Amino acid sequence: MKLLTCRNLCLGYEHVSVLSDLNFSLDAGSYLCIVGENGSGKTTLMRTILGLQSPLSGEIIWENGTRRMEIGYLPQQTSIQRDFPATVWEIVLSGCQGRAGLRPFYNREEKELARASMDRTGVTVLKDRCYRTLSGGQQQRVLLARALCAARSVFLLDEPVSGLDPNATREMYQLIEKLNQDGMTILMISHDIGAALRYATHILHAGSKVFFGTVDDYIASREKEGILPPLTRAEIRKEA
Amino acid sequence: MEMLTAYLAFPFVRYALIVGVLIALCSSLLGVTLVLKRFSFIGDGLSHVAFGAMAIAGVLNLTDDMLFVLPFTVLSAILLLRTGRHTRIKGDAAIAMISVGALAIGYLLLSLFSASTNLSGDVCTTLFGSTSILTLTIGEVRLCIILSAAVILLFFLFYNKIFAVTFDEEFASAVGTRAEAYNLLIAVIIAVIIVLAMNLVGSLLISALIIFPAMSAMRVFQSFRSVTICSAVLSVSCSLIGILASILASTPVGSTIVVADIAAFLIFSLIARFKGGVRS
Ligand SMILES: Nc1ncnc2c1ncn2[C@@H]1O[C@H](COP(=O)(O)OP(=O)(O)O)[C@@H](O)[C@H]1O
Ligand SMILES: [Mg+2]
Repeated sequence: MKLLTCRNLCLGYEHVSVLSDLNFSLDAGSYLCIVGENGSGKTTLMRTILGLQSPLSGEIIWENGTRRMEIGYLPQQTSIQRDFPATVWEIVLSGCQGRAGLRPFYNREEKELARASMDRTGVTVLKDRCYRTLSGGQQQRVLLARALCAARSVFLLDEPVSGLDPNATREMYQLIEKLNQDGMTILMISHDIGAALRYATHILHAGSKVFFGTVDDYIASREKEGILPPLTRAEIRKEA
Repeated sequence: MEMLTAYLAFPFVRYALIVGVLIALCSSLLGVTLVLKRFSFIGDGLSHVAFGAMAIAGVLNLTDDMLFVLPFTVLSAILLLRTGRHTRIKGDAAIAMISVGALAIGYLLLSLFSASTNLSGDVCTTLFGSTSILTLTIGEVRLCIILSAAVILLFFLFYNKIFAVTFDEEFASAVGTRAEAYNLLIAVIIAVIIVLAMNLVGSLLISALIIFPAMSAMRVFQSFRSVTICSAVLSVSCSLIGILASILASTPVGSTIVVADIAAFLIFSLIARFKGGVRS
């Protein structure tokens, strides 16, 4: 079942084109990893898919009525957030803002949802802690819990493991894998090709030459170009 | 103490206390957001714009300055927010130009057209608030109460949204919150607060009133809600202490309040140091 289709999509900022002629579609339940060099337009693509900026041309089609408030989003961390005086609970609960709409306060259902989200990412014990005193990995899991409050079926993550130590990175990938197994469609930006090949079903390589396809196709195309040493998928999985 | 009760018998002292408390409360509510969103520059720019507007109103000989100064400052707030957003790099330079320009033009207009014989006294009053809070009319007090009530009500209704937009604008927009609209709301509220606060501390010291209580509270408290409550309580206390002290010691009201805010900031920094708690 198609979930998202991008047709002849061109992205950029005021006449500066960043990525052009993107054509791909994604089934519900897929795990797409977006890879590519710094500045190749990965974040721009994600913001465009979210509707935070409009495409220069082309169209983005959400099938079966996925609406904007039903998408979970984990943005790249900003410098403001690092020393923000707020508790974990306040931040996770703010994930319900789309559901609350113009209602000034969160209702019991939304608080329940926030609690469940904290359970899923294992930050319940941190509930009353101040965000700025947490480690990088804990902060990311808090933001993941916040996004979970908004997400019903689709999850977009922008470099969720950047700056994390190997342990925190592995935990983060496992959490995301779990979400995917629970039926969530994942779109994740990552620099980590190894992880992309290990966890994803599809790869989008942003750059001057855009590649979109399944992981196996990606490995094959890379091998043909001699960029990737001949590795089979099974071997990559074993390495993990 | 006797002197104090004697003073409280005067209506103008009571007006000053009411207005002082309301303004201190309003200005502290958005302080945290302003500091965290790096919006403090807008507060600074706007206070100068308000000074310019005041000068123009004076030249035009308007009967009610507020009716001109308030819309003018609100409009400038909207414009400043736009420039600050869209021209990333030159944003603060543009704001510096507008604010210094408003200051210069305001003073020029005043010196060219003012009928007053005591020009530097007038300017000093507008910049430092001197004693104008002690000469409030009942009409000005009413206006202040209405505007403060509006600011407080808006803040309560949109508290959760203001928090969300302050913490993470990208996420907020992604889940359908109209972040631009809330930024605009914040800017308009700041403009209203600044116009109100001109009476209390004058246009040069307004930023202090907005920023000091927030900075103090952020040193010690850990949640957004407790920071907001603490900065409100702190701001109101400092304002009360400042007004009373200034009456007793015949010092300028605005500067005395700001000195109280600075003292509170130093005390809170010490507390933070001893708790070994939060860096910032
Ligand atoms: N707000 C902006 N205005 C203009 N150009 C931008 C803006 N943000 C990013 N860019 C440019 O768009 C390109 C892609 O950026 P981005 O999508 O952030 O890359 P990535 O996330 O892949 O590192 C970069 O060359 C960057 O300089
Ligand atoms: Mg990026």
